[in-house]
Amino acid sequence: MPPIDEALDILTEPYASEFMRRALIAAALVSVVAAVVGSFIVLKGMTFVGDAIPHASFGGVAVAFVLGANLQLGGAIAALLAALAVGFITRRGFVRHDTAIGIILLAGFALGILIVSRQSGYTVDLFSFVFGNVLAVTWTDVWIIVGLGGLILAVIGLFYKELLFTAYDPNMAAAAGVPVAIIHYALLALVGLTVVIGLQVMGIVLVLAVLVAPAATAQLLARSLPGMMAIGSLVGVASALSGLYIAWYADVSASAAIVLVSTGIFLVAFLLAPDHGLLRSQGPAIEDVAAD
Amino acid sequence: MAKQDENGAPAIEVSDVWAGYGRQAALEGVTFSIEPGCLAGLVGPNGSGKSTLLRVILGLHKPWRGAVHSFGEPAGQQRGRIGYMPQSELVDWSFPVTGLDVVLMGRYGRIGLLRKPSRRDREIALEALERVRMADRAQRRISDLSGGEQRRVLIARALAQEANVLLLDEPFAGLDASAQHDLLGLFDDLQGAGRTLFVATHDLSCVASAFDHAVFLNRKVIAFGRLPQVFTEEILNETFERHLLLVNVEGKVYAAHR
Repeated sequence: MPPIDEALDILTEPYASEFMRRALIAAALVSVVAAVVGSFIVLKGMTFVGDAIPHASFGGVAVAFVLGANLQLGGAIAALLAALAVGFITRRGFVRHDTAIGIILLAGFALGILIVSRQSGYTVDLFSFVFGNVLAVTWTDVWIIVGLGGLILAVIGLFYKELLFTAYDPNMAAAAGVPVAIIHYALLALVGLTVVIGLQVMGIVLVLAVLVAPAATAQLLARSLPGMMAIGSLVGVASALSGLYIAWYADVSASAAIVLVSTGIFLVAFLLAPDHGLLRSQGPAIEDVAAD
Repeated sequence: MAKQDENGAPAIEVSDVWAGYGRQAALEGVTFSIEPGCLAGLVGPNGSGKSTLLRVILGLHKPWRGAVHSFGEPAGQQRGRIGYMPQSELVDWSFPVTGLDVVLMGRYGRIGLLRKPSRRDREIALEALERVRMADRAQRRISDLSGGEQRRVLIARALAQEANVLLLDEPFAGLDASAQHDLLGLFDDLQGAGRTLFVATHDLSCVASAFDHAVFLNRKVIAFGRLPQVFTEEILNETFERHLLLVNVEGKVYAAHR
């Protein structure tokens, strides 16, 4: 067999199976939505919120499990409740924001563990929520991702200027008549919904990575917010595609492989980005010292 | 007093405003008014309630009691008519936006929900940048601008808002002498065009040399009115709770520690 065909085989073989194609579609769609929402998370310093909401949603997944209800629905309700709780606390300021957000994370996650610890049966479904199982997504899951993801992107498109203004300068936005409280809650609800579609693919522990790593990479490379969203989406899709190859050939966890690829891309951008890269920005400084 | 607006009401009228955080009072019975077309200073030490007062006037902080009017109407009801330049340190300069993007935000309150900025909005934003002599740097990322240029962009945003009254919080902080001088020149232009500027500042020399009115604040209003009448050692010492010495050098007044 000629080497070109062989290389092509290596590239096409994993996607000969339907479940791999489904996994790629799901992971790529989630990555795009997460990069767009994640741009706001990175710019507003909300990374911890992006970690707290998925953890807290585990409580809802576990409650749904006990009740025999839909696990995703339980997780979705808990994610949205956690998002609203974060919004309420960050607007009122009773305690430091990170402290309050940490407590929401712990309460939801501990509730989940408490419920799971009472289950003597086989709880593999629950653990696929913790670690994610992109290879097990169904077409129904893909359609849920398409529906919710489309809704999230549509809301961001419709309220883009308000989201931008509120993220950039909430005081001035309020003074100019932008309903900042509603926008604040809306952004958190969007994070909650993104977590819901991200859980199936990435799991509670790793969903933060698709929200933050591609957007953080894009922040180093982009000069505008739309540019940041576009570059973040590309990084996310590239990570999903190569992560799935690694998972197929090395027989490792797909979500972990996707996360490691995206954090690897971040590291490269961090070192080499034209404007902000560590190696680039220190270059002239070292020369200056030598010249002195 | 200074010239009046058509309806004769002051540009800013603060009546018996009490405000604070939790149980801690920041403003105690603050009353003063500023006539249209003034360049007025808001002078006081750290923690004297200057920023709180600006936030109350903007409707961002609800006072416990008292009222704020602008041109005879309750200030909270005319969002957009009062422009605001926050303290520079409260602005996220690393945010990926250009100067033009920031100035366009001044239009957002008027554009309303679900609509995009029109060509006219962009024209108004570019005119505002022109006014502050920043049109040639409109497409630069704000992180690439100097401190003086960044402040010009924030002022252009207030102008794009078509605000008659501009509240500025510590606009001189961290600027070198020539950037300060440029900014004062810009204030002069804006005042000449009929706008009212109310500027919170620590810089007593700037106020003494360039401003025509001042409000001296230390939780209460110590004095307000025309310069140089209100710019006395007695009033300064009461405002800053320490002994300051006014030095007059070739017609310019400087404040010094005794």
